[in-house]
Amino acid sequence: MIDKSKLNIEESLSGIKDGSVIMIGGFGTAGQPTELIDALIEQGARELTIVNNNAGNGDKGLAALLKAGRVKKIICSFPRQSDSYEFDKLYHAKKIELELVPQGNLVARIEAAGAGLGAIFTPTGYGTLLAAGKETRVINGKNYILEFPIFADFSLIKAYKGDRWGNLVYRKSARNFGPIMATASRCTIAQVQQVVPLGALDPEHIVTPGIFVRHVVSVGVARS
Amino acid sequence: MIYMRLARDQIAARVAQDIPEGSYVNLGIGLPTMIANHLDSEKDIFLHSENGILGLGPAPLVGQDDPELINAGKEFVTLLQGGSFFHHGDSFTMMRGGHLDICVLGAFQVSQSGDLANWHTGSASAIPAVGGAMDLAIGAKRVFVTMEHLTKTGESKIVERCTYPLTGIGCVNRIYTDLAVIDVTASGLAVIDVVSGLSFEKLQELTNAKLANCVN
Repeated sequence: MIDKSKLNIEESLSGIKDGSVIMIGGFGTAGQPTELIDALIEQGARELTIVNNNAGNGDKGLAALLKAGRVKKIICSFPRQSDSYEFDKLYHAKKIELELVPQGNLVARIEAAGAGLGAIFTPTGYGTLLAAGKETRVINGKNYILEFPIFADFSLIKAYKGDRWGNLVYRKSARNFGPIMATASRCTIAQVQQVVPLGALDPEHIVTPGIFVRHVVSVGVARS
Repeated sequence: MIYMRLARDQIAARVAQDIPEGSYVNLGIGLPTMIANHLDSEKDIFLHSENGILGLGPAPLVGQDDPELINAGKEFVTLLQGGSFFHHGDSFTMMRGGHLDICVLGAFQVSQSGDLANWHTGSASAIPAVGGAMDLAIGAKRVFVTMEHLTKTGESKIVERCTYPLTGIGCVNRIYTDLAVIDVTASGLAVIDVVSGLSFEKLQELTNAKLANCVN
């Protein structure tokens, strides 16, 4: 019998090593897997490369991981926010490397990795600073830039419910990056409010099929 | 002649007049978000949020906030009946793939050929952040910009060439300022509306790019 929900949160993260590349779901704090990040801080891996839309809010979750000094580089679209002070400090002190990616290119590069594509041509960012030095091509009269997939070693995501085969459903706008990040790493770990029996999730409504998920960890009703 | 600049909320109301029923629309952060307050709630207008929502409703009642139901500006929102949630891949397919009819964005500068600068001042000390602006700029069928006509120090934000880093090239279709509504056309900038009391000549004097007077 396969039970992807049998490991506890610490065991599920045990493969993360210094230097790992980790995708973390969430848009701001919606969909951010706070309990998994807290466990990652406990776990102790350093020199991490983090892929996230933002760069932490307030002092919990990703912001706490940054504050703990575990992150060498962040790949994101929107680091600067009213409450991104932990990132701001590190950035101004030159203690973190930033790769800024337009949000749709971040999405497309994650999807490309998950889908096994070698690269993509995207119109987004053409002619801007963020395309400087990148290969371009005119296709059907329109300008595109060449962008490469972003692969990760681990994806940490937050879903609403999961089952022992790793099938997931999400809640409201907390879905955001979860389903695409689940496809793009060697090992996806999903925290859920509840692990439900096989068959309890309507197969027509499953958003992330279990093939993309290695571990499902129940954390109860997540803290906001 | 005495003229009154439009307040930010009046600019938002002016844009709302130009959004037809049935449109799929993305409203950017800041002033563009205020447009939603001026849309006729009797009309079906589909508001999109980049974080995976179609059918955005108004702000929730006091005490009804749901931290998992937010807009791109990370404010609490609601979902209309018939609204839907989807992941970021689908959301940016809508944005980049030309499925949105209109997006409305703020700007630092717009050039006479419709180049948009709205994501970065270029200052070395500023932390750059771009979000979905570049996708909306090149992906929506029509791109509207809302902004003050002049900077706080009185310089025209409509320019021959942007001096701030670009968000997109030749992507803006229409500019709504506190003084005028201006279309970006193949033959240049065409003024289609001016606040009352402001002459075309005075508007041209305030604007650092050539305008054509097309007010009906």
